[in-house]
Amino acid sequence: MGLELYLDLLSQPCRAVYIFAKKNCIPFQLRTVELLKGQHLSDAFAQVNPLKKIPTLKDGNFILTESVAILLYLTHKYKVPDYWYPQDLQVRACIDEYLAWQHTTLRRNCLRALWHKVMFPVFLGEQVSPKTLTATLTELDVTLQLLEDKFLQNKDFLVGPHISLADLVAITELMHPVGAGCQVFESRPKLAAWCQRVEAAVGKDLFQEAHEVILKVKDSPPADPIIKQKLMPRVLAMIQ
Amino acid sequence: MVLELYMDLLSASCRAVYIFAKKNGIPFDFQFVDLLKGHHHSKEYIEINPLRKLPSLKDGRFILSESVAILFYLCRRYSAPSHWYPPDLHSRARVDEFMAWQHTAIQLPMSKILWIKLLIPMITGEEVPAEKTEETLEEVNKNLQFFEEKFLQDKMFITGDHISLADLVALMEMMQPMGGNYNVFLHSSKLAEWRMRVELAIGSGLFWEAHDRLSKLADWDCSTLDPIVKDRISEFLKKYK
Repeated sequence: MGLELYLDLLSQPCRAVYIFAKKNCIPFQLRTVELLKGQHLSDAFAQVNPLKKIPTLKDGNFILTESVAILLYLTHKYKVPDYWYPQDLQVRACIDEYLAWQHTTLRRNCLRALWHKVMFPVFLGEQVSPKTLTATLTELDVTLQLLEDKFLQNKDFLVGPHISLADLVAITELMHPVGAGCQVFESRPKLAAWCQRVEAAVGKDLFQEAHEVILKVKDSPPADPIIKQKLMPRVLAMIQ
Repeated sequence: MVLELYMDLLSASCRAVYIFAKKNGIPFDFQFVDLLKGHHHSKEYIEINPLRKLPSLKDGRFILSESVAILFYLCRRYSAPSHWYPPDLHSRARVDEFMAWQHTAIQLPMSKILWIKLLIPMITGEEVPAEKTEETLEEVNKNLQFFEEKFLQDKMFITGDHISLADLVALMEMMQPMGGNYNVFLHSSKLAEWRMRVELAIGSGLFWEAHDRLSKLADWDCSTLDPIVKDRISEFLKKYK
């Protein structure tokens, strides 16, 4: 059995892994795990990943979680073009720096923006106070400013003239609040231009295919009460 | 120009970088940035790292933040022995996986324990509600269990027979609650045994040297805390209540 990728394109890290594998023509079997149906909480999936999270990679008997680790694994195993994770020590270090920084910052704030703005009211039927929503969107704003000022600056891509793993991980995160209807690129022409460049480097068709689900997320039907009950504790823990 | 490492050994991330550099004989200038005196907010330090976080590395004109990135950089730049970051695809992936997972699963909750058990009561004079404390400890225990079952299993170290960057980072973070006299290793003998092995692999002298400042944190006279910093902390602490 070849490489299997357990994904749901609703999830930002899954999108990054999906785009990377497709872009680099890495052969894999897509195993869809539908988050909004609670499929990641099934006993069957727990056999694959007891942490019950996606993306998960299965390569023979080897199981790997964490999108950053998966991206690096695919990079090393499949000998992808150097620009994704260059040999140059300092450029590589800048990518590592971004990939470490983003866990508790952009990832967290993009996730909260989506859930507070859309998923709680639309999918879970739970009201979010205007105060909470404002605070979340303000935090996102601060993080976006950091992304521009510290990482992007005046470069074409986050670590230099070429797209890298850092850009892929960043863009897939940003599409979360975009899917939620946040005007992420309004009054941020630098970021908007960077987004265009990343989309072009990935390939417009692949980019749009990967983001079809998140861009329709506002139309999600409300959760079945049983599913809602199952998902709630994990959602609350996830967006802390 | 010698490598500069901007650190305060109160921080788990700084201890990981310090121990790694010392253990591997990497020459560096220790630039002490005193967290307790708020020096990470100083004009001089903001020029090094506008995010005001530690550790930072300065190698000539090249500046790098994030301890995980710094550790990988040092490994490669100074050709550290390969067991620290094994070339084997699966072992390396396991280190990468741990390094990604630990940000939210280990580092954050361990740091929270130190705040709840020591710093909040010390700085604000108030205890954190028992419910919040219970919640945090539950999360920590759950994640320590995952750590044992998924990363450690029945091996000596995370990647097998030798210490790697993953063990170093893991242990530094798990030591953080010790600053508040809370010992997470009482939780399991497997964990305690692993902890001993990591300490011995590092060298007990170096290990305890790195933990000296943390072990004295309870004696810190926080009345010297800048009132502006104290206010900032109180604001930040509201989320624990």
